[in-house]
Amino acid sequence: MCLGIPGQIVEITDPARMAAMAEVSGVRREVNVACVAEGPLEGLIGQWALIHVGFAMSLIDEEEAAKTLDALRDLGEAQEALEQMAAGDAALEGRA
Amino acid sequence: MALRDTRVTLAHGGGGKAMRDLIEEVFTAVFAPPGMEDQARLTAEALAEPGARLAFTTDSYVVTPVEFPGGDIGKIAVCGTVNDLAVGGAKPLWLSAAFIIEEGTEIALLHRIAATMAREAEAAGVRIVTGDTKVVGRGACDGVFVTTAGVGVIAAGREMAAGLVRPGDVAIVNGVLGDHGATILAARGDLALSSTIESDCAALGHLMADAMQAAPDMRAARDLTRGGLASALNEIAQAAGCGIVIDETALPLRAEVVGMCEILGLDPLYLANEGRVVTFVPEAQAEATLAAMRARPEGAGACIVGRAVAEHTGQVRMRTAFGGSRIVDMLVGEQLPRIC
Amino acid sequence: MKFASEFRDPKLAKALLAEIAKLADQIGASKEKPVHIMEICGGHTHSIFRYGLDKLIHEGVEFIHGPGCPVCVLPRARVDECIEIAQKEGVIFCTFGDAMRVPGSKLSLLQAKAEGADVRMVYSPLDALEIARRNPAREVVFFGLGFETTTPSTALAIQAAAREGLTNFSVFCNHITVPEPIKALLDDPHMCLDGFIGPGHVSMVIGIHPYDFIAQYYGKPIVVAGFEPTDLLQSVLMVLRQIAEGAARVENQYARVVPEHGNKVSIAAIEDVYEKRPSFEWRGLGEIDASGLRIRTSYRAFDAEEKFAIGYAGVRAVVEEAEGCACGAVMTGRMKPPACPQFGKGCTPEMPLGALMVSSEGACAAYWQYGGARAAE
Repeated sequence: MCLGIPGQIVEITDPARMAAMAEVSGVRREVNVACVAEGPLEGLIGQWALIHVGFAMSLIDEEEAAKTLDALRDLGEAQEALEQMAAGDAALEGRA
Repeated sequence: MALRDTRVTLAHGGGGKAMRDLIEEVFTAVFAPPGMEDQARLTAEALAEPGARLAFTTDSYVVTPVEFPGGDIGKIAVCGTVNDLAVGGAKPLWLSAAFIIEEGTEIALLHRIAATMAREAEAAGVRIVTGDTKVVGRGACDGVFVTTAGVGVIAAGREMAAGLVRPGDVAIVNGVLGDHGATILAARGDLALSSTIESDCAALGHLMADAMQAAPDMRAARDLTRGGLASALNEIAQAAGCGIVIDETALPLRAEVVGMCEILGLDPLYLANEGRVVTFVPEAQAEATLAAMRARPEGAGACIVGRAVAEHTGQVRMRTAFGGSRIVDMLVGEQLPRIC
Repeated sequence: MKFASEFRDPKLAKALLAEIAKLADQIGASKEKPVHIMEICGGHTHSIFRYGLDKLIHEGVEFIHGPGCPVCVLPRARVDECIEIAQKEGVIFCTFGDAMRVPGSKLSLLQAKAEGADVRMVYSPLDALEIARRNPAREVVFFGLGFETTTPSTALAIQAAAREGLTNFSVFCNHITVPEPIKALLDDPHMCLDGFIGPGHVSMVIGIHPYDFIAQYYGKPIVVAGFEPTDLLQSVLMVLRQIAEGAARVENQYARVVPEHGNKVSIAAIEDVYEKRPSFEWRGLGEIDASGLRIRTSYRAFDAEEKFAIGYAGVRAVVEEAEGCACGAVMTGRMKPPACPQFGKGCTPEMPLGALMVSSEGACAAYWQYGGARAAE
């Protein structure tokens, strides 16, 4: 349900209608920013938002995104270390 | 200038002077067909060669909007039919062009379409030798519909068919996928999307000639029109009685096309192309084919996307970027934009 | 694509899959005795198949595909009602592409269009609003469809229409909510679920607390998840960790998009325009109390049901589901798609019997499209 994709707000097109231009990989579409407008609309320019059916529904929290990725990378590194240890053990056993 | 109207009226289809003016000023002036009889009379030296065969094809073209970034209906009508001949291994020679024109269509638009067709035909090395026009009442068609038929010659000894593809053969495409489909989606305007993508529409006769020279044993080629790469590969897998595996990471896709697909929930593998071809060649001739294609602008982005295999007969599978594998099926109906 | 491609990294996925396998072994999950995790949202179902996660993951983890596809859960009677509106003289019926092929008892919208109804596909309810502005002499009806993610968009469109005084715009409201059907599933005595993957985009609107009852009352873990493959795998891992600990909490894996308390503007717009219906009919699940929304009387001028005296505002026809259609059993996780006697026989994407075969989010269509179908043969 609910196809949503990250897009970057690049321009405010009509403040009265809460309309802004969002860009996804070079493709532009006007979106409504009523749900994410807390301060002045200009503040949204450059921000990333989750776009769904022509509305910016939620601002993307870059810090949270980085945290999620860091946790995944830590897991990846731990896994790699384990694999290397296992490979080392196997090599030792092979020699013995 | 005998043609004083700015728009086509039913009088232009009436068979009288108005019709003759329209045909002469808009079409024959730029197509310069050999003679004005009701049929084209052609001498074909190439056909005299023992074993040579005639290739004959026809296609109708409807596109909304009629003009779009990177081309118009005239360009598609020439390139599409040239490509239908070329992918069968034929050298395209002659085209016919028939126009169904909606009353009220701007004559300036017809001039532009005819000019594009003349230019594309010349570049592709084909001549538009005969044609027809009909005018229909408002609402009976959408602007302009064009039908072209094409004649070409297949040289002796050249045999290409989907059924000839064998396990181990390599699948090559000549450039990024889906540009035309994405362009049309954006150009229609009802989705209010804008991008810098242009249609990939191109005639591939010269490219195919060079590729066939580089790959004397080329098995088959298909132009990737409606239904995109996925549909063409499914047809080939079924005709050849083998399986096909493509590699997601090898698929050439423009970032904008991916972006548009993400927005609308579409799969770029099914987007239409008008200047893209997939060919199957024996592995030993793959590098030469790639080099031959890359030497031409319409093949600059040529790359290997997959290969035929002995397993999963009749099926196309994709190794995902993610290490998984999934079936790439035929498209059912039309791809519709979705929100879910 | 920023905030998407990073979360599709195969290396990170590999580490997650290994960790999931370790934990699954540890809690004794096996092919014979799997852990059942329901992904509520159809978008998650689609991602699972698109990336082949069901095949990559430890065999002791089984995904049960939940009822979170708004098109799939729409009963045939509702489709019939929307076609009845679309066929009225002077109506322009606007819809998302998803609903075009869903079969009613006689026609789909695509077929109704071929028969002459003015049905238009739009990307946004705002586009339907624009069509209404440009066609003052026509009645423009928008097919309001979807869970809490989509509800704010139609609420905001109705508010805009009210502000502008548009009299030719209305919404055929079929908005539904996530928590109620989950409660209905959990109350089902045959229920065998061990945990949930929560719907990320619904949650960016309503926040994560509406699921508290799942953890607190029913003792099941739930992790709100994003839609990229590593998002899903990480969420499965988080569910398994809770199971291993014997805990049941509401967790948020998708914090980059989902604020704990949701989106204030969206919630306010929903509250202003909509209210709960006493009950709403779901395909396969039947009538569920308070699971659907209707337009408040203060906005009744924009309610297509009121305007055309159709549906819950008119006399509802009794429409049976197609004979032999097991969508209901599949949707509640009681049956896997290939086990349905009609799967691939009486019901294919070309000639769908039930909605699960039509929507790209439907479990049956996903099985078919991505090969589970033929793998099962």
